[in-house]
Amino acid sequence: MSALTTLVVLLPLLGAAAALTQANRPRVQTLIAVSVLSAVLLIGAALLVAVNTNGAIAVEVGGWPAPYGIVLVVDRLSALMIVVSAAVLLAVLVFSVGQGLADGDRETPVSIYYPTYLILATGVFNAFVAGDLFNLYVSFEILLVASYVLITVGGTKPRIRAGTVYIVVSLVSSAIFLAAIAMIYGATGTVNIAQLTVRLAELPADIQLILHVMLLIGFGIKAAVFPLSFWLPDSYPMAPAPVTAVFAGLLTKVGVYAIIRTEMIIFPDGQLNTVLLIVAALTMVIGILGAVAQSDIKRLLSFTLISHIGYMLFGIGIDTAAGLAAATFYIVHHITVQTTLFLATGLVERQGGTTGINKLGGMLKTSPLIAVLFFIPLLNLGGIPPFSGFLGKLALFEAGANNGSVLAWVLIGCGAAVSLLTLYALARAWSMIFWRDAEEVADYENPLAMRAETGSSPTVESVRTTPRIMVGATVAMVTVSIALTVFATPLFDLSANAGENINGPAYYVNTVFPGGLE
Amino acid sequence: MNASLTLVVIMVVLYSVGVYLLLERSMTRVLLGFLLVGNATNLLILIVSGPSGAAAFFGEEDATADPLPQAFILTAIVITFGVSAFLLALIYRSWRLANADVVYDDSEDLAMGSRRSSVTTDRAVDGDDTEFGTRAAAAISTALDLEKQEEREEQESLAAERRQREIDEKEADA
Repeated sequence: MSALTTLVVLLPLLGAAAALTQANRPRVQTLIAVSVLSAVLLIGAALLVAVNTNGAIAVEVGGWPAPYGIVLVVDRLSALMIVVSAAVLLAVLVFSVGQGLADGDRETPVSIYYPTYLILATGVFNAFVAGDLFNLYVSFEILLVASYVLITVGGTKPRIRAGTVYIVVSLVSSAIFLAAIAMIYGATGTVNIAQLTVRLAELPADIQLILHVMLLIGFGIKAAVFPLSFWLPDSYPMAPAPVTAVFAGLLTKVGVYAIIRTEMIIFPDGQLNTVLLIVAALTMVIGILGAVAQSDIKRLLSFTLISHIGYMLFGIGIDTAAGLAAATFYIVHHITVQTTLFLATGLVERQGGTTGINKLGGMLKTSPLIAVLFFIPLLNLGGIPPFSGFLGKLALFEAGANNGSVLAWVLIGCGAAVSLLTLYALARAWSMIFWRDAEEVADYENPLAMRAETGSSPTVESVRTTPRIMVGATVAMVTVSIALTVFATPLFDLSANAGENINGPAYYVNTVFPGGLE
Repeated sequence: MNASLTLVVIMVVLYSVGVYLLLERSMTRVLLGFLLVGNATNLLILIVSGPSGAAAFFGEEDATADPLPQAFILTAIVITFGVSAFLLALIYRSWRLANADVVYDDSEDLAMGSRRSSVTTDRAVDGDDTEFGTRAAAAISTALDLEKQEEREEQESLAAERRQREIDEKEADA
C-alpha cells in the first residue's frame, strides 16, 4: 500500500514530464494524460478501500524515520479527496480534449496544456497526502504555478488582466503561509504535522493564536473565505471553460482541506471556532448576495462558489465529529456539482456564443440536452431533495442543532436562506437562458437558430459545433452527481468515519507515530 | 534565543518596502515587491533557525547549525525564481498587448456598480502609475495579438479555400 501512496504523487509528475517530451504529438499527450489520471483514480479507489478497512497509512519517504524525513499520510479524508479529485480531473480533461480537438487547438495550446494540467494534478494530490507543513507549502506552490499558466493560457488581454489579479493574490497568500511556517518552525523546531500538535500545545496561548491566525489567513485566501474572497470572481471567469471548472471544483477545496487539518490536528483546541462560524455566515450571505446581482453565468457561479465555502466552514467551526462528517460530505458534493455547472456553462457558451444572461434566450429549443445538464446540478446546488446538496445541508443543520448554541442556530438560518437564494439566482439564470423566447432578447443573434431559419447565414461558417465528447464528459459528471445521491448512505457512513478520525489529533498522531511520541 | 538585530532590521525594512510595492498598480513594481517580500521571508527563516556561524553538518557536537531551515530557504529561493520568471513573461505580454504594465479595474465589476447609479466613473489609470510612463502613445504595432491573429488566419484560410474552389471550377470547365 505504501508504494501506491507515493505513486499518487509520482505518476502525474512523471506523466507531465513524458507529455512534455511529446510536445509535437497531441494524441500521445492526450493518451498519457488520460491514462495517468485513470491510473490515479484506480489507485485512489484502492487506497480508499484499504484505508477504510485497515486504518490510515503513513509512508516515510526514502525510509527516513518520521519526525526527520517527509511523511505522506493517507486517512479516510485524504483517500476520499484523492478519489473525488481524480474523477473530476479526468472528466474535465476529457471535456478539454473535446474542446481542443474541435477548436483546432487554439484555445488550449496542446503542447503545454496537458503537462501543466498534470502538474496541477500533482500539486492537488500532494496537498492531500502531505504529512508535514513544508511539504504542504511545496504542493501549494506546485498547483499554484501550474494554475498561473492555465489561467493565462493563450495570453489574450482579458486573461492576462484576470491572471494578474489571481497571481498577485496567490503570491501574497504563499508569502504569508511561508512566514507562518518559519515562525512555527522557530517556535517548535519541527514541521511534522503530527509532532506539531504536541509541541504547539506547550506554547503560550498568545503565541499559538498568532501562528494559528497566520495559517488560517494563508489558507483562507486560497479557500476564498469571505473577507479574503474578493479575487475569485475577478479572475476565474476569464479562463477557458474547462480550466475554470477544475479551478472552481478543486483549488478552493484544497484550501478548505488545509483549514480542516489546521483546525483539527495542528490547533485542536478550537480557540478560533467562534470566529470561524461568524466568518462562515458572512461568506455564505455576502457570497450569495453577490451572485444574485450578476448578469454573467460564470461570474454568478463564482459567487455561489464563494457562498458555499461558507457551508464547509460551518461544519468545521462546529467542531464535532458530526459537523466534520457533514463538511466532508459537503466538500465531495460541492466539488462534483460546481465542476458540473461550470462544464455545462462551457457548453452554453459554445452553443450561444456568450455567457451573458441578458444576451441569451430560447436555448431550450435549440439545445434541450444542455438545458437538462444545467438544470440537474442547479437543483442539486440549491439543495432540493432528494439530491446530495439537500442531504449535505441537512447533515450540517443537524450537526448545528446538536451543537445548540445561538450562533449555530443563526448559521442554520443563514444556511437555509442562502440555499433558497442560490436556487433563486440559478433558476433566474436558467429560465432566462433556456426558457424565454429568443425574440424577447434585444438584438439577439443565436447562430444556431439563424442557421435553422435561413439555411445559411454569414455567421454559419464561424459556428462551432459542440463535439459529442464535451457533452459526454458533462453527462458523466451529472451522472456522478446523481450517483452521490443514490449512494448517499455508504458515502455518508464513510464521511462519518472520516469525521471521527479527523476530530482531534489522536488518530493522526497514532498513524504517523505508531509507537507514540517521545 | 539570541537573534541578530541587524538581520531583524533588514527583514523589517524588506517587508515594509515589499508590501508597499505589492500594493501598486504597476506590475513591474509588484514584481519588485514580490522579490523583496520573498527575501524578507527567507531572512525570517534564517533568523528563527538559531545562532549563526556554524556549518550545517560539520563541526563539534552541539556546534552544528540546523540544516532544515537552509533547505527551506533553498526551496523558497527556487520557487521565487521560477515565479519571477513567469511574472516577467506576464509583464512583457501585458506590455505588448496593452502598452501598459498596470492592472485595470474589473470592467464587469464597474458595469455592475454603475448600473444603478447614473454616475459613470471612468477609472482609467493615469500614465504616471506605470513604470513605462506615457512615452509610447500607442501599443506596439508589431505586437502579436493572438485574437486578431486568429481572425486573420481564419480569413486567410477562407480566402484560400475560395481561391481553390475557383481553380477547381475552372479546371472542371476546361
